Amino acid sequence: MKEQLASIRAAALAAFEAAADPEALDALRVQYLGKKGELTAVLKQMGKLSAEERPAMGQLANEVRAALEQALETRGKELEAQALDNRLKAEALDVTVPGTPIQEGHRHPMYIALDEIKEIFIGMGFTVLDGPEVELAELNFDRLNAEEGHPSRDWSDTFYFDEDSRVMLRSQTSPMQVRAMDSMPLPIRIIAPGRVYRKDEVDATHSPMFHQVEGMVIDKNVTMADLKGTLNTVVEQLYGKGTKTRFRPHHFPFTEPSCEMDVQCHKCGGVGCPTCKGEGWIELLGAGMIHARVLEMSGIDPNEYSGWAFGIGLERTAMRRFKIADLRLIFENDVRFLEQF
Amino acid sequence: MNLSRKWLNEFVTVTASDKDFAEAMTLSGSKVELTHDLGEEISNVVVGRVTAMERHPDSDHMWVCQVDVGDGKSVQIVTGAWNVHVNDLVPVALHKSTLPGGKKIEKGKLRGVESNGMMCGLSELGLDERDFPYAAIVPAALLNDYHPLDKDKPSIPADVQPGHKIYGPVVAARITAVRCDGVNAFTVACDAGSGSVSLSTSCPNLHAGDLVALDTKKEHICTLADLHAQQAEFPHCIPDGIFILHEDCKPGDDLKPVIGADDHVVEFEITPNRPDCLSVIGLAREVAATYQVPLALHEPVVKGGGQGSLVELLDVETPAADLCPRYTARMVRNVKIGPSPKWMRERLRASGVRPINNIVDITNYVMLEYGQPMHAFDYRYVKGGKIIVRRAEEGEELTTLDGKTHTLTANHLVIADEHRAVGLAGIMGGENSEIVDDTVDVVFESACFDGTCIRKGALALGMRTEASAKFEKGLDPMNTLPAVNRACELVELLGAGEVLDGVIDILNYVPQPRVLKLEPEKINALLGTDVAESQMVEILKSLDFQVEGDQVTVPSWRGDVIGMADLAEEVARFYGYNKIPCTLMRGQTTLGGYSDQEKLERRLGSACRAMGFDEIITYSFISPTCYDKIRWPQEDPRRQSFKILNPLGEDTSIMRTTVLPSMLEILTRNYNYRNQSVRLYEVGRIYLPGGADGLAVEDKVLSMGMYGQGVDFYTLKGCVEAILKELRVERVSFRRPDETNPSYHPGRVAQVWAGDRLIGVLGQVHPLVAQNYGVDAELYCAELDFNQLYAAQGPDPEYVPLPKFPSVTRDIAVVCDEAVTVGQLEEAIGKGAQGLLKEVRLFDIYRGKGIDEGKKSVAFNLVLRADDRSLTGEEADADVKAILATLEKDCGAVLR
Repeated sequence: MKEQLASIRAAALAAFEAAADPEALDALRVQYLGKKGELTAVLKQMGKLSAEERPAMGQLANEVRAALEQALETRGKELEAQALDNRLKAEALDVTVPGTPIQEGHRHPMYIALDEIKEIFIGMGFTVLDGPEVELAELNFDRLNAEEGHPSRDWSDTFYFDEDSRVMLRSQTSPMQVRAMDSMPLPIRIIAPGRVYRKDEVDATHSPMFHQVEGMVIDKNVTMADLKGTLNTVVEQLYGKGTKTRFRPHHFPFTEPSCEMDVQCHKCGGVGCPTCKGEGWIELLGAGMIHARVLEMSGIDPNEYSGWAFGIGLERTAMRRFKIADLRLIFENDVRFLEQF
Repeated sequence: MNLSRKWLNEFVTVTASDKDFAEAMTLSGSKVELTHDLGEEISNVVVGRVTAMERHPDSDHMWVCQVDVGDGKSVQIVTGAWNVHVNDLVPVALHKSTLPGGKKIEKGKLRGVESNGMMCGLSELGLDERDFPYAAIVPAALLNDYHPLDKDKPSIPADVQPGHKIYGPVVAARITAVRCDGVNAFTVACDAGSGSVSLSTSCPNLHAGDLVALDTKKEHICTLADLHAQQAEFPHCIPDGIFILHEDCKPGDDLKPVIGADDHVVEFEITPNRPDCLSVIGLAREVAATYQVPLALHEPVVKGGGQGSLVELLDVETPAADLCPRYTARMVRNVKIGPSPKWMRERLRASGVRPINNIVDITNYVMLEYGQPMHAFDYRYVKGGKIIVRRAEEGEELTTLDGKTHTLTANHLVIADEHRAVGLAGIMGGENSEIVDDTVDVVFESACFDGTCIRKGALALGMRTEASAKFEKGLDPMNTLPAVNRACELVELLGAGEVLDGVIDILNYVPQPRVLKLEPEKINALLGTDVAESQMVEILKSLDFQVEGDQVTVPSWRGDVIGMADLAEEVARFYGYNKIPCTLMRGQTTLGGYSDQEKLERRLGSACRAMGFDEIITYSFISPTCYDKIRWPQEDPRRQSFKILNPLGEDTSIMRTTVLPSMLEILTRNYNYRNQSVRLYEVGRIYLPGGADGLAVEDKVLSMGMYGQGVDFYTLKGCVEAILKELRVERVSFRRPDETNPSYHPGRVAQVWAGDRLIGVLGQVHPLVAQNYGVDAELYCAELDFNQLYAAQGPDPEYVPLPKFPSVTRDIAVVCDEAVTVGQLEEAIGKGAQGLLKEVRLFDIYRGKGIDEGKKSVAFNLVLRADDRSLTGEEADADVKAILATLEKDCGAVLR
């Protein structure tokens, strides 16, 4: 019997080792350890043994069973690991195949530029206002000190809806200054982006409809130095720290003193190149201290309050921001253009 | 305003380079657009004198010239021009010289003969006949250059000889000698077959040996025009040639000063508040203040003494006194009309003004120098010796200098004599009083007219002139007298006539200089600076403001300076805008941010982009034909649009009342660009009549549009549903519209509702509309009203506990009539449910085998759950039973 056990043990261990997959291993488990298995059959013969032999043989049989079970488990784990390994190998992918595309929409580049401007001003405590595009000439011109006879009022420059030149398409976002002064408590800090209209034929730099952002501050003790400081901060946030700017005298009917702000040409660094028409500077925006008469017309005492205002063209800002060469692309809305941003 | 730096230097000496000058002036407020060096492109071009010339041995049209180019040097130059004669002074572009347009001249050989440069014509120097009128050429027709148009039928025989008759009194003659008598004046001797004839001519292309057509009756050498010949018949007898110089110069001189190309011109952009800077003197004052150098102004001195009495000869009345604050005039007699001197022509030309004759040039010169428009009339045509400045009569006609006849109204101001108008005040003179070659007596008018009247008049007649552009900005009435005196001074300087003593000067206003208080602390408070009072005073004085104590007297030409802020600007300009410090705002802080509307706009935008829609920007104005293209009926009230009275064109003439055409236009463009799959959105405005104050109601619309493979009605509907879900809009339903929407496919369009609130419409664009846009594909669009979306937004979410008990699902399939909609079935399911139904999901619609014709099978997945217990199968079945009963009762749908 002892020999029988030893041979079963050897045969089983060898068979386990040779099992190719978990199914084969399971069949071997049944073959050796099952109810009708070989080892069980041997154990069934224990009753034939003498009482002296029985304990020693029982111990031996249990050892063999334990060894077989142990071997089965080890081999089982091996086979499982092998099977997993094979599966993973079979499942391997070509990782260079492109991912499933997600169709994402794109913000229009001009609004990206506008969003940047809005964020900067909101951070400085400005409220964003919206207002009408079909506007009264009174607000677009008279209340901004551009009297009868001002060239911008000409029918060759501005779109009108009536023969009396009373209702028009606003030619600037500046009437929002008047609307803000008329409706908001002091102090005021607003920006008002929106569409404006001028009678310009479409070309690479002109469009009869374009966008501006108006900005205005009215408070006690507001100075031109504040205007410069604030606008410089804005430009540094838009174009990077250390961006050089300069202020030039200019004329607007509704500000005095008035100025235009230039940024140093990004292309040539101020030396002069075709981009800046050799000047080294690129015009960015118009600004100035709000004209005393404009404040008075809105019932604000210019001896107590002062303010500054600016207007910036959005298309040009976006074109500079993204190096867009032709204004017409902005309004063409070709998705091959839009999807670049 | 173009400023000649030579002219400027007469008043203020500045030697800065053009670049530095431009920057300094720009920073002090006179924006420089461009600078030009007039002679930048010309180098190594000198004056030469032709010392000898002979015909080219190997050419029928070229001449070989020996040219003295100074310092005893002589060069040989071959030319194809025929107007050169020995002793002529000519511009010579030497070997290695440059000419305008980047042209380079080097020595070379022409038909084997060495040529060491080029003699230049006007155009090669960048000039034309207006710059040097005397350089115009009228060539004679040389018979030795005759090339018949038809070789077989020549008008002139090839073997024509002196004396042969050409036609009538015209015979062939051979030139035997040519003598230059002056500018375009020659005496030629010729052999007309019957002996030698001597005659004078202005044709410069004659040389000994040439054969010409001589009109024996008129003693005149025929030009091409005289022979009615075409240019092609005489290819070398052209009205072009070398520029023969009649200037004060000698061989070897640099040509640039000779032709005025040694000047530099600075182009300024002058803002409308500064008409005073539309003059050399006005700019000189700014230059002097910028560079802090003295301004040397010149007081005109008129000798006068002309024969006659001004008051007897001329009377001026100004009945329209309100439109003519000042009228100043002087008279000049025995005028000798001729060209003005070279220095004057050069300055006019540098300023962009065409020289005409001495009297007209003087008026232009004074206008440029003083900024005061001037006009000169021929006194002969001032009937009755009376000038009347009056409103035109209704329907009065006047032909202006440009030859155009205008019908006037009482809004126009005219200069008239006793009988008729002779000029449009401040705009243009009349043809009937123009200065002509035989003008003898001249009246110089230097007046100040009402700016608005001139502007409106010029606008109404469509003739904005240099004068009217100045007047309309409001000119300084104090300027008229010095200007008219300057004109008379120039007349005397040019020897152009005899100036009468005295001035007619009518003042219809009381000059009142504006006096402002100098408030340095207020100026510093506005600027945020600390500029010393003394510096402010210095700056103001440099601009000719008078300052005494705290009283500042504003110069008469500075109508734009009316208050403290204007003085602050003057101080800031010359203190330096860039020296003003940069400070950040102090004071009460304000809370910035977006309005609720803007927040919604941003939410809509990000929702659209998340679903693959690109943002577009479209024009607010459209063509009225767009309403036809989207098939709106003619009587549709939505066609009532704001109409622009002066649009750029029909395509941009009305304000849109719908965003659909804008979206379709962009979809179409992308379709035409062959972009395969396109999804677009815009939060756009529409402009509806009926707003307050006659303005528009400017409502916003979320416009969505798409096309591409796999895109159908349900794709777009899914996107719209997602947006509504994002806004947590409740009680959403999609309904087929009661009335057909002509822009959409009648079977593929739905109204979007939130409860009783109509949010908008979505669907497939009507194939006929797509066809109108030239698109042969299914386009899908949605128009959602922004205000309705805003109002329909659901409240912020509130947490609902997650289900504690499992749900039971049941699938049902019912058969119903084709006409029954899924919406109706869903409604019936909701109605029949008894409180356990949590979710209904359509999962199949089946037609075909096993289902009768005209019927369909619709399958739903129902989720039932109770919040407080696990459902039993029986409970769920009871609910389903009730649902099925309602389906059958309401929709005639039976379990399959």
